[in-house]
Amino acid sequence: MFPGQFEYHRATSIKDALDLLKQFGDDAKLLGGGHSLIPMMKLRLAQPAHLIDVTKIAELCAIGESNGKIAIGAAATHDTVANSSLVRAKLGLLAEAAAAIGDVQVRNRGTIGGSLTHADPAADYPAAALALEAEIRLDHEGGSRTVKAADFFLDLMTTAVQPGELLTQVSCAPIPSGTGYAYLKHPHPASGFAMVGAAAIVTLDRNGKFATVRVAVTGLGPKAFRANAVEAALAGKAADAATITAAAAKSADGIDALADIHASADYRAELARVYVRRAIQAAVARAKA
Amino acid sequence: MAVVPKFVGARIKRREDPRLISGTATYVDDVRLPGTLSAVVLRSPHPHARINSIDAAAARSAPGVVAVLTGEELKGKVGGIPCVAPAEHIPFHPLLAQGKVRFVGESVAVVVATDAYKAQDAADLIEVDYDPLNAVSDPEQALADDAPILHEEFGNNLVTRALIPNPAVDEAMAKADRVVKFRIKNQRLAPVPMEPRGVLAQWHQANGQLTVWTSTQIPHLLRSALAAVLSLPENRVRVIAPEVGGGFGAKLNFYREEALIAHLSRMLGQPVKWIERRRENLATTTHGRDQITYLEVPVKNDGTVLAIKAKFICDMGAYLQLLTPAIPGFSGLMMTGCYKIPAMSFEQVMVFTNKMATDAYRGAGRPEAAYIAERTMDMVAAELGLDPVAVRRRNFIPKEAFPYVTCAGLVYDSGDYDAALTKALEIVDYPKARAEQAEALKHGRYIGIGVASYVEICGIGPSVMLPPKVPGWESATVRMEPDSRVTVLTGISPHGQGQETTFAQMAADAFGVDIDDVTVVHGDTAIVQYGVGTFGSRGLSVGGTALMMSVGKLQDKLKKIASTMMEAPPDQLTFTNRTVALQSDTTKAIPLQAVVDAAYGWKMPIPGMEPGLDATSVFEPSGCTFPFGTHVAVVEVDPETGVVKFLRYVAVDDCGNIISPLLVAGQVHGGIAQGIAQALYEEVVYDENGQLVTATLMDYAAPRAQMLPHYELAHTVTPSPLNPMGVKGVGEAGTIGSTPCMVNAVMDALKPLGVRHIDMPLRPEKLWRAFKDAKKA
Ligand SMILES: Cc1cc2nc3c(=O)[nH]c(=O)nc-3n(C[C@H](O)[C@H](O)[C@H](O)COP(=O)(O)OP(=O)(O)OC[C@H]3O[C@@H](n4cnc5c(N)ncnc54)[C@H](O)[C@@H]3O)c2cc1C
Repeated sequence: MFPGQFEYHRATSIKDALDLLKQFGDDAKLLGGGHSLIPMMKLRLAQPAHLIDVTKIAELCAIGESNGKIAIGAAATHDTVANSSLVRAKLGLLAEAAAAIGDVQVRNRGTIGGSLTHADPAADYPAAALALEAEIRLDHEGGSRTVKAADFFLDLMTTAVQPGELLTQVSCAPIPSGTGYAYLKHPHPASGFAMVGAAAIVTLDRNGKFATVRVAVTGLGPKAFRANAVEAALAGKAADAATITAAAAKSADGIDALADIHASADYRAELARVYVRRAIQAAVARAKA
Repeated sequence: MAVVPKFVGARIKRREDPRLISGTATYVDDVRLPGTLSAVVLRSPHPHARINSIDAAAARSAPGVVAVLTGEELKGKVGGIPCVAPAEHIPFHPLLAQGKVRFVGESVAVVVATDAYKAQDAADLIEVDYDPLNAVSDPEQALADDAPILHEEFGNNLVTRALIPNPAVDEAMAKADRVVKFRIKNQRLAPVPMEPRGVLAQWHQANGQLTVWTSTQIPHLLRSALAAVLSLPENRVRVIAPEVGGGFGAKLNFYREEALIAHLSRMLGQPVKWIERRRENLATTTHGRDQITYLEVPVKNDGTVLAIKAKFICDMGAYLQLLTPAIPGFSGLMMTGCYKIPAMSFEQVMVFTNKMATDAYRGAGRPEAAYIAERTMDMVAAELGLDPVAVRRRNFIPKEAFPYVTCAGLVYDSGDYDAALTKALEIVDYPKARAEQAEALKHGRYIGIGVASYVEICGIGPSVMLPPKVPGWESATVRMEPDSRVTVLTGISPHGQGQETTFAQMAADAFGVDIDDVTVVHGDTAIVQYGVGTFGSRGLSVGGTALMMSVGKLQDKLKKIASTMMEAPPDQLTFTNRTVALQSDTTKAIPLQAVVDAAYGWKMPIPGMEPGLDATSVFEPSGCTFPFGTHVAVVEVDPETGVVKFLRYVAVDDCGNIISPLLVAGQVHGGIAQGIAQALYEEVVYDENGQLVTATLMDYAAPRAQMLPHYELAHTVTPSPLNPMGVKGVGEAGTIGSTPCMVNAVMDALKPLGVRHIDMPLRPEKLWRAFKDAKKA
């Protein structure tokens, strides 16, 4: 487990990071918590000549509220997100997902920007980001753009981030009061990642029918996805067990499920159906509370 | 008035722990010698391939590289890795592959450079031209006529065949009301010690001496083996096992890298270090278990088991390590468990496959045996519609029958199996648990109650029970220093067990001194007299007895000297509060220091007595100890996901007298963790082509705290008559009891589905499928 030779650069500002990215081009990799990148470097699956550490850029670590949105700096660690009083109060789903990641050591190092960019098919954050309809800000030299979570995850470990871009911020509208949410995860027995993770956000109207419902699933396929068929089957319907079960049965429709020695594709698909149902039920219970 | 022990039996915190938990312990990698070179081993990506050529030219000229070696270059210079257990076919086991590779991870070349990064850079430049061959990873297929042959010289893949026939078994079959037949598997496991292996070797050119620091359980046995392989005189080889971060049997071995790194240091005249990486650890440190067993059990309708007949297929892997073919024997001999089963017979077929070698892993043959015995009890109960507890009670060896000679010829020293079972059932409140289970089922909840009553074999002796170069005796030297502090040099090599604490407790009480007055030294062949090592839960029962023998010799000498100073006969003296005192009145005493001064002084009070206070003893056990116990688990299986939830876990273990309750609890905790992990999570998986699938901890499911239940521990105490402390051993007991207990619990939960047996690990998917299939049917 000895990585190849590389040079380490500590970026002091977003501009500094972008300058370094430009200077070293394809030879450089941005470094967040290093909890996905460094294992790959140790296995020599990645051999960047330059690492640009973005975790010491103060504004990338900040969490705040502006223009009616909660904005989380890309270098905020999983632990910071899980324990931020602002996130817990207004984006509880994201805090739950952050708290479900790995173990204490991983949460102390790993960052939200790194996790989203790495786009591991079994990562926890992507499901929450999709359900929360997060907006992801990408900065490049001389400008920035914002990508919706729905457009961010392209394929297995592939995202909308382009060469020369730095993920700087994840922002979401706060979860309104009266809205229920839940993130439920079936951990992989070896890696601890999500074998399946289901995020649900629901609001009910006065008659107890689904007013809004957003469901996202991670771990099942090559990338996390919004369970559109489930959402459609629930929209405007009564939030009863039979309806939820019937809707959740569509969780894995059209998905090419992953498989390994611990869980076949069939079983993962079933887990998705069960966990989606339970996540919706938990969210409904909270919406009613 | 007897002196009450102050330390023995007390809840003493481990004296090892402060350095371990504060990160100040010295493991092999923490030993830094100036001028040390680093080695990286190039390993085979193929399970089976011919090596046509190796081009190392680019590696040799890479920056920082000092040497590159391949198997061809070692020919004639060093020997191979020994297997000391008897077998029909023992292949040459080279340090680096010669001509062929036979498993994924097999060492092919080694690069030595000024640092490990440069060594790895250079290793990446080596080009090996392989001709891949067909591989075999299934042990049952390895003996097929068309199976690829690993070692051509043998003409097939048979390691050895052992047959213990018994006509009484056939008679039992004829008499039986029924014969219960089933096949079970003890899957292959990786021991995964926290500290992987590591070796640092330093050759002292001027006097032809070699020092090797290595993460081992057997420094002395390793010294002998190293000297032989390197053709060095044994008194010029020093082996040091510094802090060793877990072994679980995997470091009861002699590995290629230990010889290779020593050879390289001698060749280069500089210290050379190699530290195993986790991927290497999973691929090239010995695995455990991997036995398939076909069972036939003749029974009476009342649950009486008349015999057990077994056929084992044992996967040895590609080469034989130190004890590889010796492990299955214990599984056969111990498979009648706690039961007075009158007859048994077995056949064991051990085979080569394109996988890493198996060898000892926590329990080494006895977990497999307990699994057989305890699954048998539950299968019999299920077949006959009896309560599994009743079947156990019907077949238990009664406590009056000890010492008990089993049908395999083993002599069980002492036991009271029913007492442990009864206690465990009381703690869980068995009738209530059964009632709750029945009630839950009405609501579609699947609760299972699993019971396992195990017996195992520890402190193996006499030596003839073991292979010649791994004897069963143990040594200890006890010194009282001139300041009356006590130094214990033990031949065992603790690596997590905690004998720096237990041996200090024992010595402190024996001499009436404080525990902090005792230092326990181990793991350095230049300091400690020849010893055997730490494995098979032998440290206390065998090593501790050697200790008490030496303690006794020193006590005698001290008493003799004191008796001349106190004018009292030696046999009326005792040691307490740093004095030598009259047993009848401990206020009549002289300071221990005064006696020690006399022993070390210029004028011995007893003419002709040797000055000094130093005694060495070797204990050769006359027989083995047989710890036992009952574990009970209550679990609930989620029919929607197959996930197992733990409701209760009760362990009643009987390890004889307890010297150190906290250490016993620690051993039981760790043991149960690994045993439950075998039941539910762990499995080394090679695909059908011999590729290692569980190559990292992202795939190999080693247990972590949140994957385990809360343990409720209790004990019964049945002393062993075979050693003065009356102890038995507890290092492996938890592992041995917990695996069948957990499987029995999960199978009990699935009983309403009509499911009898599912092979380990009981992954949620397998259980979910059982529910799904039952629904379909
Ligand atoms: C033992 C272990 C267990 C784990 N368990 C889980 C789990 O249960 N659930 C889970 O979701 N994850 C888990 N992880 C992964 C963990 O969450 C990682 O921290 C995360 O995937 C990557 O974040 P990072 O900050 O460490 O990124 P890094 O490893 O530093 O980088 C990952 C990738 O993102 C790029 N990158 C980093 N920051 C930026 C940025 N600001 N802009 C653009 N690109 C960037 C890097 O160049 C690299 O390509 C686990 C990891 C380990 C080691």
